[in-house]
Amino acid sequence: MTAKISYSDVEVGTELPAQTFTVTRATLVRYAGASGDFNPIHWNEKFAREVGLPDVIAHGMFTMAEAIRVVTDWTGDPGAVVEYGVRFTKPVVVPNDDEGATVEVSGKIGAKLDDHTVRVDLTATSAGQKILGMSRAVVRLA
Amino acid sequence: MALDQSFVGRTYPPTDPYEVGREKIREFAEAVGDANPAYTDPDAAKALGHPDVIAPPTFVFAITFKAAGQVIQDPQLGLDYSRVVHGDQKFSYVRPVRAGDRLTVTSTIEAIKSLAGNDILDIRGEVHDEAGEHVVTAWTKLVARAAEEA
Repeated sequence: MTAKISYSDVEVGTELPAQTFTVTRATLVRYAGASGDFNPIHWNEKFAREVGLPDVIAHGMFTMAEAIRVVTDWTGDPGAVVEYGVRFTKPVVVPNDDEGATVEVSGKIGAKLDDHTVRVDLTATSAGQKILGMSRAVVRLA
Repeated sequence: MALDQSFVGRTYPPTDPYEVGREKIREFAEAVGDANPAYTDPDAAKALGHPDVIAPPTFVFAITFKAAGQVIQDPQLGLDYSRVVHGDQKFSYVRPVRAGDRLTVTSTIEAIKSLAGNDILDIRGEVHDEAGEHVVTAWTKLVARAAEEA
């Protein structure tokens, strides 16, 4: 496990490069196939509205997968992630157009822990709303 | 009706092994748009100290959630899955999941709570490889929303 970032080079408050992700209906169909989660709320607008949603929503696990990229792209080695947890606070509504939805993710060092590990606090928003709460990863640095 | 508290602590039998394939990892990485070569190029993964390509951190959920189906669909527990939403998800990794792993999941009901008519179910999935080594633990919180008054 070889992270590119050194533990001694970061401090509490150090910001990771932020990223923006686009989610379209095509993205969701592809993720459904790859993950095996075929819940129709993620691809069938009629079904989604019948259960009280405004439209098709992205899989929470898809959003969780995107958010951790801010950490794994930064460390280089995705195997350096020791812990990762999120709370799903708001769904990402994905309209049926070419633009889809946009998810913005930023992260900063929340704490320096033992054994060359740090806690990264992630913030994920879409359409101006926070979509993940308590989104935290512990990652081992070089 | 609130779920039966006596299910707290119940552990379900381990699942049959799930064999993690390189192409399945590639498909997942492409689906989340992640071009990290550790997911697709064995040499790049080896350069990072891994024996083969590794899976993105959330990949294992597909396996643990399927295993959690034993709990969710347990007729004795009686969870109304049509009203269930995913509340929280957490993973603790001993090592990354990698191609060639044959993984089994043992699911345990950690907690059952009732809050404002909602049933909240915490399921822990312990993932082990073929050698019996612990690979990752997944905690999944499911919330079954209260049924509307008739």
